[in-house]
Amino acid sequence: MSYIKQSPWLVHYDGSSCNGCDIEVLACLTPLYDVERFGIVNTGNPKHADIFLVTGGVNTQNLPVVKQIYEQIPEPKVVIAVGTCACSGGVFHDCYNMLGGMDKAIPVDVYVPGCAARPESIIDGVVKGLAVLEEKQKALAIPLSEKHALREMELDPGVAVNKSQEAGK
Amino acid sequence: MSDMVCNIVSGIVYLILAPVIGGLLAGIDRKISARMQRRVGPPIMQPFYDFFKLRDKQPVAVNKAQRFYIRGFLLFAILSGFFFFAHGDLLLVIFTLTIASVCFVIAAYASNSPYSQVGAERELAQTMAYEPMMLLVALGFYLHCGTFDAKEIVQSPAMNFIYMPGIFIGLCYILLIKFRKSPFDLSMSHEVHQELIQGALTEISGPTLAMIELAHWYENVLLLGFVYLFFTWAPAWSPVLGIAMCAFTYFSDILVDNCCSRVKWEHMLSSAWVVTLAAGFANVAFLMYMR
Repeated sequence: MSYIKQSPWLVHYDGSSCNGCDIEVLACLTPLYDVERFGIVNTGNPKHADIFLVTGGVNTQNLPVVKQIYEQIPEPKVVIAVGTCACSGGVFHDCYNMLGGMDKAIPVDVYVPGCAARPESIIDGVVKGLAVLEEKQKALAIPLSEKHALREMELDPGVAVNKSQEAGK
Repeated sequence: MSDMVCNIVSGIVYLILAPVIGGLLAGIDRKISARMQRRVGPPIMQPFYDFFKLRDKQPVAVNKAQRFYIRGFLLFAILSGFFFFAHGDLLLVIFTLTIASVCFVIAAYASNSPYSQVGAERELAQTMAYEPMMLLVALGFYLHCGTFDAKEIVQSPAMNFIYMPGIFIGLCYILLIKFRKSPFDLSMSHEVHQELIQGALTEISGPTLAMIELAHWYENVLLLGFVYLFFTWAPAWSPVLGIAMCAFTYFSDILVDNCCSRVKWEHMLSSAWVVTLAAGFANVAFLMYMR
C-alpha cells in the first residue's frame, strides 16, 4: 500500500515571473480551495517535500538555485511547472538571460499552462502529479537490505554547493 | 507480585496504544484547526498517512550523529512514558523526558544549517522555560500525596486538583510549549512560511522525520497523562473525569494555537517563569504550609 498519494508535501519556488502564478498557488491554501483536505502541505523545506511546484521560467541566475532545490528533495519526487512561463518561458522567452521553461533546468513531469494558472488547474496538475509520484515510487521500490546500503552511502553534495562551501569556508 | 505484572502490562499497553492515540490526537488537532479556520481540513488519519509516507522516502541524513541522537530522542520519549504508565516514579519520568529533549537538541545541532542551529537554540530556551514547572509538578504531587509513585497518586483520598490548582495552571501553560502550540512554537512548527523554515527539523527528513513524529506522539500521550493525574482519585468513576479533562486541555490548547501569534523567545521564557513562580511556587508554598 502506497501512502505517498495521500500525503504529498510540496515546496514552491518562483523563477523569473510576474508573481501572478505564486498568488494563485497561495490561493490554493485558502479556505475556498483548501488543498490540505487532500493531505497536501506547503512546506517551505525541500528536504520534506515530495512535489516541486515551480512557477516562472529559468534564467542564468536562478539555474543553480532551481537545480539545488531539486537535488535536495528526497526520492521519489515530481516536478510540476505551473504557468506559461514555467512551461515555455512565456512572455520572457526572448530575454537575453532567459534559458526558457523549467524543463531546460530540471526534468518536469506535469505542465500546467495558463497565465496565470487558475487554482483549479493547479490542483488538477498536482493530482496528475500524484499518479506520476506513485509510479516513481513503484519503480524505486528496492529490497530493505539495499535500502540500508543506500543509507550508509556518502551522498554527493548538491550541484551548487561543494564541500568547502558547505563547511562555510 | 501481581501488582508488578499489572504495572508491566499497563506499560506494554502504553507502548502499543500511545502511537495510535497520539496519531489520532494529531489528526483531530489538524481537523479542528481547519474547522476553526473555516476549512474542510485533512482526514483524521492524515498523520498516519504522513508517517508511512515518510518511512518510504529516500533516507537522507546530513551525518550519522544526527540519526543516532534522533533514535535517542525516540527511545527516551518511549522510556519515560513506559515508566509513567508502569506506575513508576514521577521524578524518573521527568528526568528521562529531559534526556529525550536533550537528544533532540543535539540532533538539531548536528547539522551546519543556520535554520537548524537557531532552531536548536530556541529549543534550549524552551527547555529552560518549561523545566522548572515540570519539577514543581512532581514536587507538588510529593507534598500532597507523600509519594512520587503514580500508582498511589491516582488512589489519593481527595481530588489532587483541589489542592494543586496553581500547579495545574502552570502545567497547562508549559503544555503549550511542550505541544509546540502557537504562542510558543519557536523551535519548530508545522505552519508554512515561518522565518526558520522548519527550525530544528529543517535538516531532518524521510524516515528520521517519521521517527520524530512517532516520538512526539508518545510524548503527547505522556504529557496528557500528567493532566490525568490531577483529576483521578479513589472513586471508580474518576478516570472518566480524568480523560474528559485531558480532552478539554488538548482542545483548549488547539484553541489558543489558532488565536495567538508567535511570541519572541524572551517573552516566552519570562512569562513561563512568571507563571511558574506565581502559580506553581505559590501553590507549593501552600502545600508545604498544609503539611
